[in-house]
Amino acid sequence: MDRGSGGKVDRGGSQDASLGFRLGLGVLLLALLGGLGLAVLSLPAQAPGLAPAVGARMAQSGVEHQVTAVLLNFRAYDTLLELAVLLLALLGVWSLAPAPRGDDSAPGPVLATLGRLLAPLMILMAGYLLWVGAQAPGGAFQAGAVLGAAGVLARLSGCRLPVRLAGWPLRLTLVLGVLVFAVIGVGVIPLGGSLLAYPPAWAGGLILVIETAATLSIAALLTALFLGGRP
Amino acid sequence: MPLDTTGLGWTVAVIFAPLAGALLGFLAPRRAVAVGLAAATATAISAVGLAHAVLTQGPLRLAVGGWGAPLGIDLYADGLSATLLLMTALVGLAVSAHAPAYFGDKPRQSARFWPLWLFLWTALNALFLAADLFNLYVTLELLGLAAVALTALGGSGGALTGAMRYLLVSLLGSLAYLLGVALLYHAYGSLDLAVLSALVADSPATRAALGAMIAGLLLKTALFPFHFWLPGAHASAPAPVSALLSALVVKASFYLLLRLWLGLFGGFGAPLAELLGALGAAAVLWGSVQALRQPRLKLLIAYSTVAQLGYLFLAFPLAAVGGAAVWGGALYLVLAHALAKAAMFLTAGSLLRFGHHDRIADLDRAVYRLPLTVTAFALAGVSIMGLPPSGGFVGKWLLLEAAFHQGRWDLALVMLLGGALAAAYVFKVVGFAFTPAYAGHRAGSVPAAMEWSALLLAVGAILLGFAGPLVWPLLEVGAPFAAPPAPATWQVRP
Amino acid sequence: MTQATLYALTGLGLVGLGLYALIVRAHLLRKVLAFNVIGSGVFLVLIGLARRTPAGAPDPVPQAMVLTGIVVAVAATALAVVLMLRLRAATGRITLDDSPGD
Repeated sequence: MDRGSGGKVDRGGSQDASLGFRLGLGVLLLALLGGLGLAVLSLPAQAPGLAPAVGARMAQSGVEHQVTAVLLNFRAYDTLLELAVLLLALLGVWSLAPAPRGDDSAPGPVLATLGRLLAPLMILMAGYLLWVGAQAPGGAFQAGAVLGAAGVLARLSGCRLPVRLAGWPLRLTLVLGVLVFAVIGVGVIPLGGSLLAYPPAWAGGLILVIETAATLSIAALLTALFLGGRP
Repeated sequence: MPLDTTGLGWTVAVIFAPLAGALLGFLAPRRAVAVGLAAATATAISAVGLAHAVLTQGPLRLAVGGWGAPLGIDLYADGLSATLLLMTALVGLAVSAHAPAYFGDKPRQSARFWPLWLFLWTALNALFLAADLFNLYVTLELLGLAAVALTALGGSGGALTGAMRYLLVSLLGSLAYLLGVALLYHAYGSLDLAVLSALVADSPATRAALGAMIAGLLLKTALFPFHFWLPGAHASAPAPVSALLSALVVKASFYLLLRLWLGLFGGFGAPLAELLGALGAAAVLWGSVQALRQPRLKLLIAYSTVAQLGYLFLAFPLAAVGGAAVWGGALYLVLAHALAKAAMFLTAGSLLRFGHHDRIADLDRAVYRLPLTVTAFALAGVSIMGLPPSGGFVGKWLLLEAAFHQGRWDLALVMLLGGALAAAYVFKVVGFAFTPAYAGHRAGSVPAAMEWSALLLAVGAILLGFAGPLVWPLLEVGAPFAAPPAPATWQVRP
Repeated sequence: MTQATLYALTGLGLVGLGLYALIVRAHLLRKVLAFNVIGSGVFLVLIGLARRTPAGAPDPVPQAMVLTGIVVAVAATALAVVLMLRLRAATGRITLDDSPGD
């Protein structure tokens, strides 16, 4: 959105907008923000939102933490689509370019040591976050992010994926989260009566399975996105 | 509550068939074309099945997870959704038929096209069925990222620039929409459209949310003056992608705008309706004039899209008095434009394959060597101009009739002028198809699939003019243009 | 002014700053960063106002929404950055020029 039409700007568009345009834009934005701010100030000081509705149904959700229940049960459809968004971004990145030829020289001693020390700890941490998500803040995304960071660190310290794993095993891992989620979501229709309607007795177990697949996928996706192109 | 499997099955299928196709196409890139065609067929069949279910059983509401609004997410299929799903299926099938031939000499690009295109289709279907504001945000993002990735597929500098600009605009639009969602949720405590439509009242928070959401969606629908990103993106994408972008993607944000207007904001939007009408008029005139000036075919067609989108916004001030008939006209224009514009871009793809360029002046007697393609362009042009007996004529007629009845001579004049300008640029292209180019060139061969997919879409745009008795009963199921019904959900847990 | 509204107004401020930078700055990386600032602002508005529950524990639904939003923003930023790098490799420019099409 490079609207350099203030009047004195170079038409090549390679410079920031002119001063006149900036001043005008600043005034306009202040006015807009003022309006939005008034709207926020007009909201009541106390509002329960959907918290009571969530609290009332927690017993059927299969987990004890409210945010996890919302993410993986009450509004699981959003989470499914969001995993698809992450996968789609990777598809876009892969369709644009092959991965840049990284610097293949050996990493320095600090990075190599850090990699050796931290990566196993991060993997352990990810497993813990995944497990504890049912009772406390945690779950698939948090665990996946930490595991992805471990992947990035490993990559930076010189680890490379063996070629025989970079074909369909890698693609399967990337797709696993959305795949498992979709299969379970459609599979429970005869049992629960609707899409993604887990029977309450099995909800906890199904959520754990989905979260595990999602953690692996998210970690692989984040590391692959860091790589910046097709392997 | 009885388990109505027909509606549930088709609803799930129409979203999960393209998703499954996308995943499988990614897992098995060597068979991407076969997987893609199978998924496209399955999705189209599901869309027809769902439309039939809606027609026979009335509007369908599915509580995902069994929870029901406002706690859970609902999927809602009424006549409007079903009609747009069918439109997507028709254009999707034609593009899926065109694409293997278009990408035939580029197998790598082809393998990447299919998963991206199927994700786009998933996003479109999920968007048309969504009844939850945040779910709509996620589908909007899915749609935007898929569209950007497809635009950049060509790899040229122009395609990448167009894709980058499109990405930034799309993301800004989505964030503006999300800000509106945040304000609405915190003001009223629900994300469901039906629940909110009962709760929404005129307040600073509602107005701010209205402004933010409409601004975001106008950016994505490329209404003048937010249209600056569209010609670059639509013209530099590969031809099947341009067809998808102009025919379907911009319509999705328009659909969402319409839903929000009808369900939530219509009551206090009267001055805004006039503004939208004025911007629409500007879009019609500006877009048509710019289209006339373009030396290159794809840019001409892209500017034509800017103009045609302007017509849709003329319905806002007219519908304040005219009601459902005016909205019906606007929707007819949406359908006709989707078919005609997709046909036009597919013909551009054929002509590009034929001449290896898309300069209008050098079309080199294409009418004799590619008669099917030029006929397709001419028929699509008939619908764009709004001449009888096309779908475009029916839509324009309804809007013109409303304008005359309400004494809105300004809007009527804009529509007539727009039609004349459209005739000018269509005839410009068709005229040059009869003339030889200055420098002869070796003509590329155009596979039959490319020509026939374009021709069938163009014929569809014309037949739409006769299809009123089929379209109106479907479009009006669930009275989408009246106030929305109270949320009664199926399969809700006790 | 409660704590919740303070967070929300700060969020709006971020939105404004980010929007200014998105429009005014020509360099693409600055635009991508500006988009991230806008995103953070919107998330702050969502989360900040979630503290208004009378019961004490904040509303879980906006928290879930922001979690989803963060993932979407990360995905979009990744695509934007790679697109930007490809644009630079293909054209040598790191800004958008004004003319549409190629």
